[in-house]
Amino acid sequence: MQEWAGVQAGDLGEEDRLNIAVLSGKGGTGKTTIATNLSVVTAANYIDCDVEEPNGFIFLNPAQIISQAVKVDYPVIDRKRCTLCGDCAKICQFNALVKTKKEVILFEKLCHSCRACRIACKHEAITFAKRTIGAIEEGQAGDLICRRGILQIGEPMAVPVIKALLENLPAGINLLDCAAGTSCNVVSSLHYADGAVLVTEPSAFGLHDLKMAVKLVRNFNLPFGVIVNKYNGDDRIQKFCQEENIPVLGTITYQRKAAEVYSAGKVLVELSVYKKEFCKIAEGMRGVFPWNWQ
Amino acid sequence: MKIAVSAMGDDLNSMLDVRFGRCNYFVIYDSEDGLIKSIENSGQMAGGGAGVAAAQQILDEDVEAVITGNMGPNAFRLFQSSDIKVYRCESMKVKKAVQFFNEGKLQELNTAGPAHAGMGRGAGRGFRGGR
Repeated sequence: MQEWAGVQAGDLGEEDRLNIAVLSGKGGTGKTTIATNLSVVTAANYIDCDVEEPNGFIFLNPAQIISQAVKVDYPVIDRKRCTLCGDCAKICQFNALVKTKKEVILFEKLCHSCRACRIACKHEAITFAKRTIGAIEEGQAGDLICRRGILQIGEPMAVPVIKALLENLPAGINLLDCAAGTSCNVVSSLHYADGAVLVTEPSAFGLHDLKMAVKLVRNFNLPFGVIVNKYNGDDRIQKFCQEENIPVLGTITYQRKAAEVYSAGKVLVELSVYKKEFCKIAEGMRGVFPWNWQ
Repeated sequence: MKIAVSAMGDDLNSMLDVRFGRCNYFVIYDSEDGLIKSIENSGQMAGGGAGVAAAQQILDEDVEAVITGNMGPNAFRLFQSSDIKVYRCESMKVKKAVQFFNEGKLQELNTAGPAHAGMGRGAGRGFRGGR
């Protein structure tokens, strides 16, 4: 069993939350399938952090959705005060400001809202305004709270939406359905996690990218376990986990009927064979994540 | 008249680099006194906004024309608003590109190419700017 390095049961913070990130490394291994089904069997809130393409709501069908805009700051330059000294453009680490002979031009999509330009400006020519880059939606599916971030099409920066999404999470267990890969989007989701579930598949790519995900969660010193989705008797993932002393929380069997249920927008736990497998995984999670499990 | 050419090396015998934002050097040629100068492209290693960073360097050098292969929308907008002309050229020695320019053989670039095209390994197509 994994050594405990993170939070201990009982000191999870005043709100008593357990945030478990579901990530994978490789795309298409079934993060959303696992996260939505685990939400149902463990009565956990579902938080879709894959803000570039959130799709978990399709399976959980939350109602009474409330939406809130996510806004970021960008600099506005007062041309009457600006002397075209160019200090703001020089200080910008993201190349969002350029000084030409006539004016300072802003590329708003490159701006990270760091405000260094205002500090650098000696002429008090910079103020900030807000623009919308996405939204947070929240609804209820039975007793479960379902929340997701949505990044507007054409916006390059997902992190501000992810941060807004994960601030003030509800009490209880929250499953954070992360983006694929090990990019900034996953890293910023992990900042809010108390533990992680790594979803993979028994293929060369699945194993390769799992190794990257393992490295990432070990960097965060989080307790974690692995789920083998699309299990077909190939034990390469289990072998790796054994060598690395990583708990395997369970497997999801590869079957055509799983794809049929999925493509109808339903959760797999509607089928008794999958309900059993997910309950077994939930059981495995109790051993890995310290929590006052019911 | 000063002309900047995106290049793989730092002199007239280097090859022209068809990427604007991610080239290694800009070779700057002065057609009046024939002087050349080269500057290292600070946009080359930028996490994002490479074309913008490269364009800022060129704006600071007071050039009147830029010769390159392709240019993304951000840098293109900057040159347009600064009345700097951009000329398109295939990969060849910088010397030859300058000669073609002087002979009026290069065509002016009138539209920007796709963003992130110079990022290599096909990243321009599926680029997810998750920073």
